[in-house]
Amino acid sequence: MPAHLSARLCSLVLSLFLIAFALPAFAGPFEDAVAKFANDDFSDTEEAIGVVAGSGNKLAFPIISALQDGRLMADPDSKKVYVTGADGKSIDAATGEAVASVPDSASAVRLNNRLRRSVDAALGSLTLQSPDVETRLQAAQSVFKSHEETALEAVDAALAKETNRSVKTALGEARAAILLFKSDATEVEKLEAVATLKARGDQEVLALLTGMGDQPASVTKAAASAIGSIQNSLAVWSMVQNAWYGLSLGSVLLLAAIGLAITFGVMGVINMAHGEMVMIGAYTTFVVQEVIRTRYPGLFDYSLLIAVPLAFVVAGAIGVLIERSIIRFLYGRPLETLLATWGLSLVLQQAVRTMFGPTNREVGNPSWMSGAFELGQITITYNRLWILCFTLAVFAILLAMLRYTVLGLEMRAVTQNRRMAASMGIATSRVDALTFGLGSGIAGIAGVALSQIDNVSPNLGQSYIIDSFMVVVFGGVGNLWGTLVGAFTLGIANKFLEPVAGAVLGKIAILVLIILFIQKRPRGLFALKGRAVEA
Amino acid sequence: MFNKSTHDIAASFSRRGVLAATAGLVLGLASLTGAKAADDTIKVGVLHSLSGTMAISETTLKDTILFLIDEQNKKGGLLGKKLEAVVVDPASNWPLFAEKARELITKDKVSAVFGCWTSVSRKSVLPVFKELNNILFYPVQYEGEESERNVFYTGAAPNQQAIPAVDYLMKEEKVKRWVLAGTDYVYPRTTNKILEAYLKSKGVAQEDIMINYTPFGHSDWQTIVADIKKFGSAGKKTAVVSTINGDANVPFYKELGNQGIKAKDIPVVAFSVGEEELAGIDTKPLVGHLAAWNYFESIKTKDGSNEKFIKDWQAYTKNPKRVTNDPMEAHVIGFNMWVKAVEKVKSTDPDKVIDALPGIEAPNLTGGVSKMLPNHHITKPVFIGEIKANGQFDVVWKTPGLVAGDAWSKELEGSKDLIGDWVGKKCGNFNTKTNKCLGSGS
Repeated sequence: MPAHLSARLCSLVLSLFLIAFALPAFAGPFEDAVAKFANDDFSDTEEAIGVVAGSGNKLAFPIISALQDGRLMADPDSKKVYVTGADGKSIDAATGEAVASVPDSASAVRLNNRLRRSVDAALGSLTLQSPDVETRLQAAQSVFKSHEETALEAVDAALAKETNRSVKTALGEARAAILLFKSDATEVEKLEAVATLKARGDQEVLALLTGMGDQPASVTKAAASAIGSIQNSLAVWSMVQNAWYGLSLGSVLLLAAIGLAITFGVMGVINMAHGEMVMIGAYTTFVVQEVIRTRYPGLFDYSLLIAVPLAFVVAGAIGVLIERSIIRFLYGRPLETLLATWGLSLVLQQAVRTMFGPTNREVGNPSWMSGAFELGQITITYNRLWILCFTLAVFAILLAMLRYTVLGLEMRAVTQNRRMAASMGIATSRVDALTFGLGSGIAGIAGVALSQIDNVSPNLGQSYIIDSFMVVVFGGVGNLWGTLVGAFTLGIANKFLEPVAGAVLGKIAILVLIILFIQKRPRGLFALKGRAVEA
Repeated sequence: MFNKSTHDIAASFSRRGVLAATAGLVLGLASLTGAKAADDTIKVGVLHSLSGTMAISETTLKDTILFLIDEQNKKGGLLGKKLEAVVVDPASNWPLFAEKARELITKDKVSAVFGCWTSVSRKSVLPVFKELNNILFYPVQYEGEESERNVFYTGAAPNQQAIPAVDYLMKEEKVKRWVLAGTDYVYPRTTNKILEAYLKSKGVAQEDIMINYTPFGHSDWQTIVADIKKFGSAGKKTAVVSTINGDANVPFYKELGNQGIKAKDIPVVAFSVGEEELAGIDTKPLVGHLAAWNYFESIKTKDGSNEKFIKDWQAYTKNPKRVTNDPMEAHVIGFNMWVKAVEKVKSTDPDKVIDALPGIEAPNLTGGVSKMLPNHHITKPVFIGEIKANGQFDVVWKTPGLVAGDAWSKELEGSKDLIGDWVGKKCGNFNTKTNKCLGSGS
């Protein structure tokens, strides 16, 4: 006992001494808390966020938002903390006084995920009455996410002043979320809260309602019925979502296969190097972006538009070169063509590996290709949407070209009956080269789009070659429409199977289905009829 | 770690072409070092793929060994002789790994081999190393459940990477619901089996664990990311433990970023994403996602050993942007241990070196000293790093001391009673319950 007592006494004296010592330097809890940012300790930082956010000090907002952006600098030696503004000017975080410069020994206060959530919650209640609508909406969302009781007062105050409808709804939802978890809220309040949340009806609400813990019986009942109706509506939305994912996967398959539909489908060349043309297109995009990054950074958002014609030209030229130097000697010998193009694909891969290195290359997404928007209860990402549009555009242009241009006419003539076309005065070997170049060029364009969703590595092409052949064979060799329908059928079937069977089994199931289908219809979905088939 | 079964076919088709390329490379190297008589040098085999799918990861490790040999030779070599690297290219082709290993040992008479990345390549060369009695240093984190006399495992066993990472998420992020996502092959499947058993032993219910496997090179992650989002909205804090193969990671992280899953909502902790893999991704949307390794390039050391290593490495490769990563560090430790063991027994005879290696200590690059254990695994610190916007990691947590690698997982039925002990028991799979060595039959 005495030992205990003396230890306590000692610590008391020590802490009194520390307080007395610290007082002149740090005037109050706010300044104390700010100094804690300099400790480089996550739990100290968390404590500091709580105190600063609740202090009511006008420096609270600049400090917390600087913390979020990595602009809050702390000097571990002097324990001083600074807020550096976007304009490069800095203030002392404890006093708000401007300082000439932040010492070199200061570094940005570090965050981890737990702290990022605290920062969001703190910023949420601090910015509920911001003049900017977007900021207010975000603030309401983050209060909804954190739903901490302490924010209730701020939410009520903001609700009273709010005029914007969507912000008002968001604030109402945030208020409902807080009330649902508030232990001393009345039953009526909680029932109202459940009704408000039910109207929102998304997955986050589902998370709140399932995780709300012990509640009065009437509330539990209302919540259960809300959960039921939300789950029903989400089930419908998930079908819509699967269909959209299927379209999106189908568009990627179509884009990869469309060039092959020309070289293999129309010309009959088993072109194993098709995937490498896609890869070359992707690397062209990389080079274009590299040049833009170093020389014209302002043009970055246009990099893909610049890359598309370049990729077509580069891949198309290589295609013509391949046709002239290798494939034209092998027409009518499918096995040799297969081996030659296979070897060629390895040569191209290793060439790229030597030139650009074996590691992945970074191809950035322009701002209009990043992010997503919500449509009802599903998330649609911009990159997938653009790829779908792009694919359909490429398909339409290709179709028009085959139908309305002289070259298209000659291509169709040569592939349908080579000898008769030749006797009509068409230079068949020139048409062959151009057709192969066209197919390769389109594969190159596909590479530009695929660089946005996949790795840009020397192996890029290999992952698409099997799928491309699958689409062309399934759709019907020699028929572009078949390729279109085939790609979307496979994409949608895959995406409806995947949630049930998993990605691995889903893919196997698709392959089995195709094998069975080919047994029944060896020429695919849209078989060419007539004499052309035998020619 | 990575392997690509579909590429087996691809690789075997390509063998001849790649052989020719390799022959050129080996000839080139041979002509560089050929001036010296064979007796004056100690040969070291380097068995890493320089072409094919795995080239992306393994090329760096080949360069690392060349760099280490260069440094050692600058210090005067080993036992008064110069070290000489013999580089071969197994071309990401698992049977070719065995052929090349045989060639290194019988034709080039190497004293030790540094190599392999995928577990399947290690399994493929194993019989060769046993038959010809040589030494393999294996530098990559793997699924465990193995302890062989001729192999020294300098990468992490599951208890040196996966288990601490899960502990971190449980304690620091209060995660209650788990998605175990992996590529469909042996490393993720075994690791997830271990993790599932471990989570259940910690009281996690079956319905709070979602296990998902995807094929190699999977690029359409829409459905799975949406599923993860759905799974994560059940009112409990959710995290993803990713054993996804390097190549599929880029589209996976891109989809996460695009669908707006932030690290602060659902963090992803990865076991195969390092500095090298991040070099191909725009990391801004990924800030806060985690990785568990035994080494990060960003780690600052008191004695400056990591800083010096990075500087020397960048100078050697003449590339000031060249990154370092965990398997490289494993090779550094393994190489230095081998050098010390050879110096201790004053011989490169594999039998003597194998017996001398357990107990040998070598500094790791994070300021500690790693030790070779009787089960041929080593002690390592475990770090959890958060991805930063510049593609590097910020260490947010580390184990208080070094963790000893378990060859056999304590979490799995059938392996929890086994130990590897090549010093006392002379056995890689000794059953402590029955006091019997299972031998190579099991």
